[in-house]
Amino acid sequence: MTEPTVTRAGSTAPANPPEARVAAPLPAAQPALSPENAAIIQLTRKDFVSDQEVRWCPGCGDYSILAQTQKQMPDFGVPRENIVFISGIGCSGRLPYYMNTYGFHTIHGRAPTLATGLKAARPELMVWVITGDGDALSIGGNHILHSMRRNVDITLVMFNNRIYGLTKGQASPTSEFGKKTKSTPAGTVDTPIQPLTVALAAEASFVARSVDTHTEHLQQTLQRAGMHHGSTFVEVLQNCNIFNDGAWRDFTDREVREDRMLVLEHGKPMIFGKHRDKGIRLRGLHPEVVTIGQNGIAESDLLVHDEQSDEPYLALMLSRMFWPDYPVPVGVLRAVARPTHDQLIGQQISAAVTADGEGDLAAALASGETWTVE
Amino acid sequence: MTTTRETEPETQELERVTIRFAGDSGDGMQLTGTQFTRTAAVYGNDISTLPDYPAEIRAPAGSLPGVSGFQISFSSNEIHTPGDEPDVLVAMNPAALKTNVMDLPAGGALIVNSDAFTASNLSKAGYAANPLQDGSLKQYALFEIPISTLNERSLDGLDMTSKQKDLTKNFFALGIMFWLYGREMDATIRWINEKFGKRPVVAEANTRALKAGYAFGETTEIFHTHYRVAPAKLAPGTYRNITGNEATSLGMLAASKLAKRPLFYGSYPITPASDILHQLSGYKNFGVKTFQAEDEIAAIGAAIGAAYGGAMGLTASSGPGIALKSEALGLAVMVELPLVVIDVQRAGPSTGMPTKNEQSDLLQVMFGRNGDSPLPVIAPATPGECFDLAIEAWRIALKYVTPVVYMSDAFLATGAEPWLIPSLEDLPDISVQNWTEREGFHPYERDPRTLARKWAVPGTPGLEHRIGGLEKADVTGNVSYDPDNHHRMQLLRQAKVARIADDVAPLDVFGPDRGDLLILGWGSTYGAIRSAVERLHVDGRSVAHAHLRHLNPFPANTEKVLRSYRRVLIPEVNLGQLSMLIRSQFLIDAEGYNRVRGKPFTIAEIVAQAERIVGTTDAEHRS
Ligand SMILES: Cc1ncc(C[n+]2csc(CCOP(=O)(O)OP(=O)(O)O)c2C)c(N)n1
Ligand code: SF4
Ligand SMILES: [Mg+2]
Repeated sequence: MTEPTVTRAGSTAPANPPEARVAAPLPAAQPALSPENAAIIQLTRKDFVSDQEVRWCPGCGDYSILAQTQKQMPDFGVPRENIVFISGIGCSGRLPYYMNTYGFHTIHGRAPTLATGLKAARPELMVWVITGDGDALSIGGNHILHSMRRNVDITLVMFNNRIYGLTKGQASPTSEFGKKTKSTPAGTVDTPIQPLTVALAAEASFVARSVDTHTEHLQQTLQRAGMHHGSTFVEVLQNCNIFNDGAWRDFTDREVREDRMLVLEHGKPMIFGKHRDKGIRLRGLHPEVVTIGQNGIAESDLLVHDEQSDEPYLALMLSRMFWPDYPVPVGVLRAVARPTHDQLIGQQISAAVTADGEGDLAAALASGETWTVE
Repeated sequence: MTTTRETEPETQELERVTIRFAGDSGDGMQLTGTQFTRTAAVYGNDISTLPDYPAEIRAPAGSLPGVSGFQISFSSNEIHTPGDEPDVLVAMNPAALKTNVMDLPAGGALIVNSDAFTASNLSKAGYAANPLQDGSLKQYALFEIPISTLNERSLDGLDMTSKQKDLTKNFFALGIMFWLYGREMDATIRWINEKFGKRPVVAEANTRALKAGYAFGETTEIFHTHYRVAPAKLAPGTYRNITGNEATSLGMLAASKLAKRPLFYGSYPITPASDILHQLSGYKNFGVKTFQAEDEIAAIGAAIGAAYGGAMGLTASSGPGIALKSEALGLAVMVELPLVVIDVQRAGPSTGMPTKNEQSDLLQVMFGRNGDSPLPVIAPATPGECFDLAIEAWRIALKYVTPVVYMSDAFLATGAEPWLIPSLEDLPDISVQNWTEREGFHPYERDPRTLARKWAVPGTPGLEHRIGGLEKADVTGNVSYDPDNHHRMQLLRQAKVARIADDVAPLDVFGPDRGDLLILGWGSTYGAIRSAVERLHVDGRSVAHAHLRHLNPFPANTEKVLRSYRRVLIPEVNLGQLSMLIRSQFLIDAEGYNRVRGKPFTIAEIVAQAERIVGTTDAEHRS
């Protein structure tokens, strides 16, 4: 798979977005994200391994996500002390303890809120949010919506195991309809949601999916996600071998994955299959799986992936495609540049300083009408 | 207004006057009250105000729930409250009369807009007969003025509809009051021009209405007297008028300067706290970052995130929002980060009475979290004091590396008083350093004196570490389920807060330092209690007043003070929350005096209650 070359999307943001209507220029996005810096600071995977013993169940998909994250970190060229991992509650929430960076294990569902405040206060930090399907989409659903729409410059990674792991196996918002769990012995009556559809609807500027066991693809996805400036939502399909073993097996297993997953590449036609002979074309408003060479279908009939289009129609369509009706898309669905939340806040502050001068406390205290008693 | 005076009105000197403006929410009574307040303040009177407005933005016009009021007391002496009862009631319609006239004492002046006493308005207010005609108001000095008609006439020739003209009648009423109390109109005219500069017709109309009201007072024969309330003898210095919310906002701004750290304010709109967000969002050129969150949980979450990054993380709400913040506040207790949470209390439970006053969140902020979760709690006593206590909140938060709850209330937040503007040199340095020393760094190692943990912020090389809501091992801060460690950490968290008692101003007493009765208060009951005790002193009663600013922990001398009096009375606008804390902590038989009517105590209520107790104390002496 050839990923597009890494770009720093934030740096291509318009210097002065019309919607901000202020004279000050947009402050630079988080600095120091660069392969050049990586060469200078020379960290390795080991530098990111903390001294804490990892305590997930043996065989849990979280191990791989941790390993790929640690492996990817040196490439960002960010010094360790400028990296913060913030998590909510759930098995996934333990990850920060295992990263030798700054870390904050917060409360259930609320990690994006702390990340928003931290990033606003300290724009130079690289902030990761680690969350689960319950943490992000159930108790924390509101914060996902708002951190994404604000384009808070965070890299959010949601471990989707379609179950509540830490509380020992209840249904989650991504559990399939009818799923029998400890809390739903007769099957859940709740319709599940597609995390990436939610992220897109919430105006996330970077949306991607990968799989815990597809290590190389996961690394590449995390690499792109970390480099993006703005609200980044990465869904990692993760296996909870204790409470929901094999949740994704039908399409992620080595033998079937090429036929049942669609690896997205920007600017390339949507082709998949062991023999690279299947593709996706648009029929009316719906995607359709076709075979190249059958019924006169040629490669040129296929949809071409465009992660950068202004409107997210294509990405939304991809986010709705799922096994068994369709191959499951993985990779980057959307990556667009938009000024980040901290940039806009910083811009308003410098505009105010330009317009009114540095704040004068004595003048603020004496504002309004005053009078003097002799 | 065609009459010209044949007799000059006489001028009478008064020490103190209390006026209540009451009208429909659409009648602009808050504005009228505020303008009168500014004028009285600038004139040099001591002032105290009490706005009283409905929660509904647009209750049906003329209805009882739609009545909005504003009471101002101004005086040539120091005053502490907006007055128990008005001397003058201005009622712009029957509903305003109906809901307020019972507070007007017999002989009080009642000014009504007689034009508004139409059949339809009378029926909306539930009057079977017109009270202006049925003699039911004869115990008052009634002035019936056709304000709407007179006002409309004064606006002749202006390009406005009748309805638009009617919107200016509050300025006519204000003009009458300005004449009656000998006040200048300049400041208000200046204000009108600033406010409506872009709409010259409106500015012109309001100015004309104001002047016409004044001229009416001057020329009409109906007022035989006008009054003078001389300036008060306040301490020398430069003053401004300030509400509690303004003083809180300025205090937070000043604290950021004094701590040399940027302020981050996360908040979700809620009455009566929203004005703090409005005000702080205007301080961008001070580097203040404000964040209107999606809910109160996100607001405190963001504030904790900012605090983690080394900024001054601040959030505010009222009771319902504080309830939502409680889980995150527990996290702040566990991770021991400096954070200030403002609770501008209002009447509860639930949505309660959003615009009305109460001090009923004390036990909520003390105990409304899972687990033993101690944190310092402080409360200002007056609008102006909100400034000092905002700085005090940050002094404690930063020095002890702890979340602090700062409790204001609707009365403090919206009430106003003259405020002696402090000079910057007199304000304390509250700055602290972040930990940067690599050698032997452990995030939960404590300063032996304050028990504050070593606070290192992201970006500090070599100090990378993890914190979180799981129990921490003493010193290392690693996750720990060790039973003895948990016990030790619980005691450490408790001890850290308890120690602050020795580091705050002692509880001081107004009145005799021992005697029959101590009245102990907290928060906005200050004014009523202080005035009551002043009155009781005139009557020779052995009564003292002590007012707690620090509610957790109590100042170190609290028990000693309480034990110096035969009886302790605790008036609170709740059902006995401070009483419960005092009784349980000191085993002192303190008596509560509890009134929860959405209103502050009156002086008379507290005097009467104290008399009841001191009276029985006298009887005990004799027996
Ligand atoms: C306020 C609150 N409610 C409930 C819980 C209990 N709880 C902990 S984790 C969790 C669900 C976690 O599920 P998910 O986010 O999918 O994470 P996973 O364990 O599967 O990684 C729940 C309900 C809690 N810790 N806090
Ligand atoms: S319960 Fe499931 S998700 Fe949690 S650690 Fe065990 S295997 Fe992993
Ligand atoms: Mg899960």
